[in-house]
Amino acid sequence: MKLVYFAWVRERIGTASEEVSTGARTVAELVEDLRRRSPGHALAFADISALRVAVDEEVSDFSAPIEGAREVAFFPPMTGG
Amino acid sequence: MAVRVQEADFDIAAEMAAMTAGRPGIGAVVSFTGLVRGEAGGEPISGMTLEHWPGVTERALAAIEAEARARWPLEDVLIIHRHGALAPGDRIVLVLTASAHRQAAFAAAEFLMDYLKTRAPFWKKESTPDGGRWVDAREADAAAAARWQDAPARGGAGQ
Repeated sequence: MKLVYFAWVRERIGTASEEVSTGARTVAELVEDLRRRSPGHALAFADISALRVAVDEEVSDFSAPIEGAREVAFFPPMTGG
Repeated sequence: MAVRVQEADFDIAAEMAAMTAGRPGIGAVVSFTGLVRGEAGGEPISGMTLEHWPGVTERALAAIEAEARARWPLEDVLIIHRHGALAPGDRIVLVLTASAHRQAAFAAAEFLMDYLKTRAPFWKKESTPDGGRWVDAREADAAAAARWQDAPARGGAGQ
């Protein structure tokens, strides 16, 4: 599964994207896995209320299933305009 | 109908002229331009970098445009949003809405800006004397977008 990160999530983790294999069934379970990957991951995922998630480019929530998903993206709330 | 995400600046008058040329049904064009402020929270900022999600950003803007067109009788819509490094005073975003009468154009322009602030995948990072700082999403922006959720479309003919 491909993970993509934006803004301070990308900066804390230190990469814009990475490939992971996971047995996680939901976004929340995936986050639990990711927190253990590095101190940067732990910092990025310390407070998921500050994060938004998209599964296969669709904005989703942390209870969403990820079985069969190709890509999960994590980012802070959008600040366009 | 157009959505463009680009690093380059834009020319408001040229875009408006291109939109309205040969379109006698257009009686009103509203233009909104967002600029980079030179301060944030009372502190000076020397610039701003806008990150976005290529491909997904364009789709998000197109969806927001489609929603505006479903709500108001619009003759045309243009959204241009810049990304990359910007300096204070630089233009960030242009919204043009064209309709037969002004009210639909005014309302749709406001709607488009409220929605794209919270629904298009852009992230702003300000350069301050203390270093870079990611801009937090504002409650006021979320509230401004939310007020359209139950609002019926306004603005037909005769205004």
